[in-house]
Amino acid sequence: MTLDEILASMFPAGHDVKNDEGVVYGSGSLRSGGLALVVGVADRLPLGVDDAIILSAHVLRSIARDSGPILVVVDSDSQRMSKRDELLGLNEFLAHLGKCLIYADSHGRPTIGLLYGHTAAGAFLSTALATRVLVGLPGATPVVMDLPSMSKVTKLSLEVLEEKAKSTPVFAPGLENLAQTGAVHVIWDAGVPLVDQLETLLASLPDIDDGRGLLGKQRGGRPKAYEIAERVRGLGLQSR
Amino acid sequence: MSTTSMQAAIAPAALTSWYEASARTRVRLLLDPESFMEFVGPEKREVSPHLKVFDLPEQFDDGILVGHGSLGGSSVLIAAQEGSFMGGAFGEVHGAKLTGLLRAARDIGSMPVLILFDTGGVRLQEANAGELAIAEIMRAVIEARSAGAKVIGLIGGRAGCYGGGGLIAGCCSALAVSEQGRIAVSGPEVIETNRGVEEFDSRDRALVWRTMGGKHRRLLGAADAFVDDTIQAFRDAALVLLEQVGGFELSTLTNEQVRLEARLRDFGSCADAVDIWTAEGVADAGAVPALPVNQFIAVADHVRRISHDTR
Repeated sequence: MTLDEILASMFPAGHDVKNDEGVVYGSGSLRSGGLALVVGVADRLPLGVDDAIILSAHVLRSIARDSGPILVVVDSDSQRMSKRDELLGLNEFLAHLGKCLIYADSHGRPTIGLLYGHTAAGAFLSTALATRVLVGLPGATPVVMDLPSMSKVTKLSLEVLEEKAKSTPVFAPGLENLAQTGAVHVIWDAGVPLVDQLETLLASLPDIDDGRGLLGKQRGGRPKAYEIAERVRGLGLQSR
Repeated sequence: MSTTSMQAAIAPAALTSWYEASARTRVRLLLDPESFMEFVGPEKREVSPHLKVFDLPEQFDDGILVGHGSLGGSSVLIAAQEGSFMGGAFGEVHGAKLTGLLRAARDIGSMPVLILFDTGGVRLQEANAGELAIAEIMRAVIEARSAGAKVIGLIGGRAGCYGGGGLIAGCCSALAVSEQGRIAVSGPEVIETNRGVEEFDSRDRALVWRTMGGKHRRLLGAADAFVDDTIQAFRDAALVLLEQVGGFELSTLTNEQVRLEARLRDFGSCADAVDIWTAEGVADAGAVPALPVNQFIAVADHVRRISHDTR
């Protein structure tokens, strides 16, 4: 689905979301009443310092002014890879955007990521993965690293990696593989109006506590993370 | 025991290079003597469940140690990445240990956390689990800080602090960095591979250091404290930062927005770190890479005071 199709299907009562050369912001009218802030990245834009600072400004302005959920729509490249972005401290800009989203989520503005295209690496962390609930649309192609690049790093042939990818979802790109680790909460049905699925989600939002560890355990994609984190947390509490 | 190993065993923190030391040595000499208690240590053999798929050797602590200790007589939680095991990269178990530690800090609400970063980012052999671990850690850092815990990052290891590690560092209350402590998202080789040697020549080490290294990060205001490459210097800096840093609230984020917008406005058209240092008012910017630690700290304190409520 294109961004326009997604927005039309999610907000049949109207929206004023703009796509300014890949930087997305605006708001949409919810069927259940009120507005949702919409921010995000479109057209497979690599997320750099100039883009991230615009998005964080929109989130901060909205925290001070509005109510309602925040939707983070994502079809990005990875972070912008350039000398200039790193020179200016890209890690701080991406972290800042992520922090603003996480802060909003815990202060009455539940965040929902909507991954409808591509995303990778740092851009993924500071947008879709910084939300409370991450929704995937069929056809989304998240990737931490593509298999040809991974083949270079691991010195394993592409054929071997493709074979291994069938038995373990933990390193292979793709929405289903990420969902198994617990990163993606739910995959929507593109054949059903998105407004129905959005309203269902808003009516039954998961708890604010990060439940991705447990999801990954239940789905088998991350067999140990939940239990290890809980054990360490328990031992930490005993040190009080 | 040979003379060398005896010296290593009793080497005080002031004589031990942070860069050269292992994660365990850093923790031992950073904290008050004999105070470290490890959680889920190597004796538990909680190895990565994924490396065997690639026929790669496992490590019993998965390249990170987490636990509790005291610093200057006060309780702290501490995590240290081992940069020599798979580049300190975040895998499922490695990441989960740090997540759990930060959630303990959140639940306690007052005990600070020290994170000794030494990482290239996500461990590619378990890329999805590693990426998600970093997302969980970022959230856990913010939850811990929101609950009142200070989270201090210490950066000066061989692997630097790259990829998602750079994003986690950007979530901390404060960072102390040595000259060797590189902080970035994309590493030099990654930029060169994707954008060409004209964009970034990863073999130009001087370029790497002045673009991503500790001196530039301090002059930019990206790191709060610049320290000598000794464990004692990091310990001293951690104690000072724990006194200085504030809480985490909406004003922290609006201050950070202003701080980062000003950086883009003031330095957004600079082509090189030397141009930024010149624009900041460093008298002889070209000489910065060669400045000894104490002279550099004096220059940095002169041109850029750090306010502790903007990150």
